Amino acid sequence: MPRDDILLPQGRRAVFEANFVAFRTLLVKEIRRFLRIWPQTLIPPAISMALYFAIFGAIIGRRIGEMAGFDYMEFIVPGLIMMSVITNAYANVSASFFSAKFQRSIEALLVSPTPNSVLLGGFIAGGVARGLAVAAIVTLMAAFFIEIRIHNWFVTLGMLLLTAVLFSLGGFINGLFADKFDDISIIPAFVLTPLTYLGGVFYALELLPDVWRTLSYFNPIVYVVASFRYGFFGYSGDVPVGLSFIAVAVFVVAFWFLSLWLLQRGTGLRT
Amino acid sequence: MSTAPALSIEGLKKVYAGGFEALKGIDLRVEQGDFFALLGPNGAGKSTTIGVICSLVVKSSGRVAIFGFDIDREFAAAKRMIGVVPQEFNFSIFERVGDIVETQAGFYGLGGAQSRRQTEKYLRKLGLWDKRNEQARHLSGGMKRRLMIARALVHEPRLLILDEPTAGVDIEIRRSMWSFLREMNEAGTTIILTTHYLEEAESLCRNIAIIDNGEIVENTSMRELLQQLGTETLVLDLADPLSEVPNLEPFVARRTEAACLEVDIDKGQNLNEVFARLDAAGIRVRSMRNKSNRLEQLFVALTQSDGSTETLVHAAG
Ligand SMILES: Nc1ncnc2c1ncn2[C@@H]1O[C@H](COP(=O)(O)OP(=O)(O)OP(=O)(O)O)[C@@H](O)[C@H]1O
Ligand SMILES: [Mg+2]
Repeated sequence: MPRDDILLPQGRRAVFEANFVAFRTLLVKEIRRFLRIWPQTLIPPAISMALYFAIFGAIIGRRIGEMAGFDYMEFIVPGLIMMSVITNAYANVSASFFSAKFQRSIEALLVSPTPNSVLLGGFIAGGVARGLAVAAIVTLMAAFFIEIRIHNWFVTLGMLLLTAVLFSLGGFINGLFADKFDDISIIPAFVLTPLTYLGGVFYALELLPDVWRTLSYFNPIVYVVASFRYGFFGYSGDVPVGLSFIAVAVFVVAFWFLSLWLLQRGTGLRT
Repeated sequence: MSTAPALSIEGLKKVYAGGFEALKGIDLRVEQGDFFALLGPNGAGKSTTIGVICSLVVKSSGRVAIFGFDIDREFAAAKRMIGVVPQEFNFSIFERVGDIVETQAGFYGLGGAQSRRQTEKYLRKLGLWDKRNEQARHLSGGMKRRLMIARALVHEPRLLILDEPTAGVDIEIRRSMWSFLREMNEAGTTIILTTHYLEEAESLCRNIAIIDNGEIVENTSMRELLQQLGTETLVLDLADPLSEVPNLEPFVARRTEAACLEVDIDKGQNLNEVFARLDAAGIRVRSMRNKSNRLEQLFVALTQSDGSTETLVHAAG
């Protein structure tokens, strides 16, 4: 029995490989989790999107006519996709990480040699996977109502990925600080949902009175939604797409290091 | 492999967030290949110590090394050496048994075929292979405990730490766990366990530490510890009732029931002589046993809060 081989990987390469295996294991575990509870994770976003499409798109949308020169249904689709990515990426990581804490199954990971960056990466990748899975479902459903055209693939996929990462990180930090189940529903209910609804998913910012319009520019979700919409139609209102990318990327980096720092300190994990 | 101790703890202190000092600067050394018992009453600091060793609890000060690897400076290597079976269940109850163990292998960097092989090996050893596709919540309490043992061993650690592994486990399974642990130990794994069943410690462990109120109050070999206890009391069931206490000089006898005698035997006295005296007195013995667990008596004495600790051990020894 080559016990020493198993026990101690020798050299940088072996350590890297071991860490990669740990990352993949955690990612697979996270994916398995949201697939196992698909009626809670994949079906609800599909249902609410179907309702949005039916009500705002088909029923009310016909009355509204055009928005910023686009068919209303067309106009809201990118925002709705983004909305489901934001909610689901966030919810996946906060719920999974918090229940791992709550059930203490996180200890199994904490006693292993897995570095914090791999632990973080694994959970974030799980959230991204759920975000992308839901985005795919929602896009597929939208395709029944409108013709999906992509103006700029790079912007569309880039913004999709960055947003999924950013809100997964948000969910992670929420999960770290949470010490009861309520704590992971407060931020989504009181912060994320209002910001998303006011984030230009359903209307063009030009429609707003000046004050509200100016205020809207303090809402980060405005940039995410507008840039993503640009990826589809080449239209982003007066939101600068390049700057949005940089801003989201900066937040991703900041949240990543904040999460790592909190992990290192053992916040909410080690007594 | 070096000859560094499997576990070395120096001046370990733990003050919890609320200001409670759970460990007051303990020193402990467990040699490679040892089978070590960490005993102590509820709240003594056993789980806290184990928590620090496997980095679930942040120590306040002190030094801990596993096979010479410092848990702060060489944490990855130190962690690879350890397998831990915690006191409380800590797996996700909705996951399948096989997945739980395989995932753990993955966390230690064992991928694909290797992790499946290791998983099968330990699920079989712990009699859980048939349950591999069940969700963990469908296991019985004893099975859950064995699942945690399998999970702790999947990466072939050199030091296995078990925090009350046999709590709530039936006698038969406890016996089979004992023989399993003995085998592991004979094959070279160093084992540290905590238990409240002192006969478990007595039958399994070679060395022992007793911790009380965050301090080590005794650290010695099991044999020495038992030898320190000078007097042993035999309980004799007699064939015929006695009307009075017989004279068994130089032994002291007490009559607890009509047909039951207790005889104290000091270290250095001979059991044969007891029987010679009994014969001479015409007393026939039907059966005989040791009165209570000696270790238990010692344990109670050591961890009593009135400070009479030292006196008892040293008077006895
Ligand atoms: N997270 C915590 N915060 C504050 N105090 C704690 C914490 N965990 C443990 N303690 C305290 O530290 C002391 C030691 O606890 P520990 O769990 O180490 O005891 P133990 O020896 O394992 O006991 P048992 O035999 O009951 O398992 C106890 O007084 C306990 O209340
Ligand atoms: Mg304990």
